[in-house]
Amino acid sequence: MKVLVPIKRVIDANIKVRVNADQSGVELNNVKMAMNPFCEIAVEEAIRLREGGKAEEVIAVAVGPSQSQETLRTALAMGADRAILIETDPAPEPLGVAKLLKAVTEKENPGLVILGKQAIDGDNNQTGQMLAALLDWSIGTFVSGMEVNDGSVRVTREVDGGLENIDLTPPCVITVDLRLNEPRYASLPNIMKAKKKPLETFSPDDLGVDVSPRIEVLKVIEPPARAAGVKVSSAEELVEKLRNEAKVI
Amino acid sequence: MAILVIGEHDNSTLRPSTLNTVTAAAELGTEVDLLIAGADCSSVTDEASKVGSVSRVLAADDPSFSDGLAENIAPLIASIAGNYSHVLAPATTYGKNILPRASALLDVQQISDISGIESEDTFIRPIYAGNAMATVRSTDALKLITVRTTAFDAVGMDGAASVETVSGGGDAGLSKFVGEELTRSERPELTTADIIVSGGRGMQSSENFVLLEKLADKLGAAVGASRAAVDAGYVPNDYQVGQTGKVVAPNVYIAVGISGAIQHLAGMKDSKVIVAINKDEEAPIFQVADFGWVADLFEAIPQLDSALE
Ligand SMILES: Cc1cc2nc3c(=O)[nH]c(=O)nc-3n(C[C@H](O)[C@H](O)[C@H](O)COP(=O)(O)OP(=O)(O)OC[C@H]3O[C@@H](n4cnc5c(N)ncnc54)[C@H](O)[C@@H]3O)c2cc1C
Ligand SMILES: Nc1ncnc2c1ncn2[C@@H]1O[C@H](COP(=O)(O)O)[C@@H](O)[C@H]1O
Repeated sequence: MKVLVPIKRVIDANIKVRVNADQSGVELNNVKMAMNPFCEIAVEEAIRLREGGKAEEVIAVAVGPSQSQETLRTALAMGADRAILIETDPAPEPLGVAKLLKAVTEKENPGLVILGKQAIDGDNNQTGQMLAALLDWSIGTFVSGMEVNDGSVRVTREVDGGLENIDLTPPCVITVDLRLNEPRYASLPNIMKAKKKPLETFSPDDLGVDVSPRIEVLKVIEPPARAAGVKVSSAEELVEKLRNEAKVI
Repeated sequence: MAILVIGEHDNSTLRPSTLNTVTAAAELGTEVDLLIAGADCSSVTDEASKVGSVSRVLAADDPSFSDGLAENIAPLIASIAGNYSHVLAPATTYGKNILPRASALLDVQQISDISGIESEDTFIRPIYAGNAMATVRSTDALKLITVRTTAFDAVGMDGAASVETVSGGGDAGLSKFVGEELTRSERPELTTADIIVSGGRGMQSSENFVLLEKLADKLGAAVGASRAAVDAGYVPNDYQVGQTGKVVAPNVYIAVGISGAIQHLAGMKDSKVIVAINKDEEAPIFQVADFGWVADLFEAIPQLDSALE
């Protein structure tokens, strides 16, 4: 079985993002970029499936500007076998990404597509669900545990009330949550090796997919700042403030 | 045109998230329908008919809808969406699982997690863990939207909606519900609690979390946690507050031994009053705290406990 892992290049999770001067988006110049943290977990899981003999090949796919190649090389250095870049600038909206991924899925015929549950730039949390819909495949979202068996994939999902187990009939789409695994770091030799692994590039036109946006971003602003607070130095003072000043307890 | 709200429930009672979502729907139009897709869920349908602002409850009662499987419910939503201008679901794990699947079936680009409504096609939503607020306009004729429940008040239970049965259903045969481990608690629920006491890595162990639970019980509060506390196994996953956990906005949020990472703030910085107890006076949580107390939590919590007597 092949496993397809869509990964997105985003601003590094440790960077404090700033809205740009013309309020059209956030500042991207000279900002450190990285693989979306949820996608790292997806790549790790796919590699473990191959290492455990459940998968033969791991293919990383990124949709976005040409610099997304770096993100794909990171996945290759972690252990993915080959990579596909669908070059678009900027990356399309989730529906467009899902349509492109559907085209790649139909070319490659993987048994499993593993995505992150959410990209931490747009916080959309849509792409995997949309891809599964377009393929008419089963889906497990927000997965923190998975077991691939013959004829079914058992997933544990993190839901608002706790955990839920469902069985999926393959082929299926999985979106991963943070607690599924701890992604590995790529070793230096593997980073060198990754440079030689195959990376193919396509355009949306090559795949016959229209990715025109459906959403116009009218304005992006900083959230309102909270007013400065005060320090307290005892429990009595805190309780007094909460009771009589803020009147919230 | 009318607005459709996807009701969230457990086949016996309606989830509060539904009431916030109806409020958002009522801002968009006067005719609001509420879909209840479940199995043997007539008690939910009854409850739904009393939800304020709702004109009609659409009852889709079918065994295939019993467990909220997206493969079975999304096609139902897609099949009736044509009667509506907007379809809204709460931005809970239920809504996030189901609505994007329906959106793709309808070839609509969903708008996730809105916190404000500017007009019938223009919405405000947080991006980058709430570090920026985007105003976005949808050009799709039909709009599918998930709603940040803390950004909209719950509608009252003063309605008198008619109930209509909608047919549809059948098992897509793609997935099967096996079981669940839900966290049972007598405490208020995180997303609707007035007071939340939340612990981080500073708590050091699940045993120590009992300290917070006692404090919470004295205050009638819910208990939350940072990702670090959940990852370390101190508390279950459903306690997590943040960008990738729950979004909360209580009257008071008391953060204990939590540093205040961006991803945590994303889930609680709209709380009315924020209290931080942390031994590190440089901890970023103090930048958003209304009341900050630089103290060792193992001394502070018992003192707070007595001060509340
Ligand atoms: C993609 C992604 C998503 C994430 N999503 C979330 C999310 O949804 N929610 C979330 O919370 N995090 C999330 N995180 C993690 C986040 O970045 C932080 O790592 C996490 O919030 C830290 O938790 P913490 O504050 O408990 O731990 P730490 O950062 O380790 O802070 C512990 C704090 O406790 C204090 N302390 C220690 N001992 C004591 C004591 N005895 N008395 C008083 N104070 C003490 C310390 O001074 C310190 O400030 C996410 C990260 C990523 C990359
Ligand atoms: N441009 C992209 N290229 C590749 N994968 C993507 C892209 N956008 C989203 N994804 C995948 O979809 C997941 C969820 O993203 P989103 O729906 O945007 O929150 C991500 O974690 C990725 O696995």
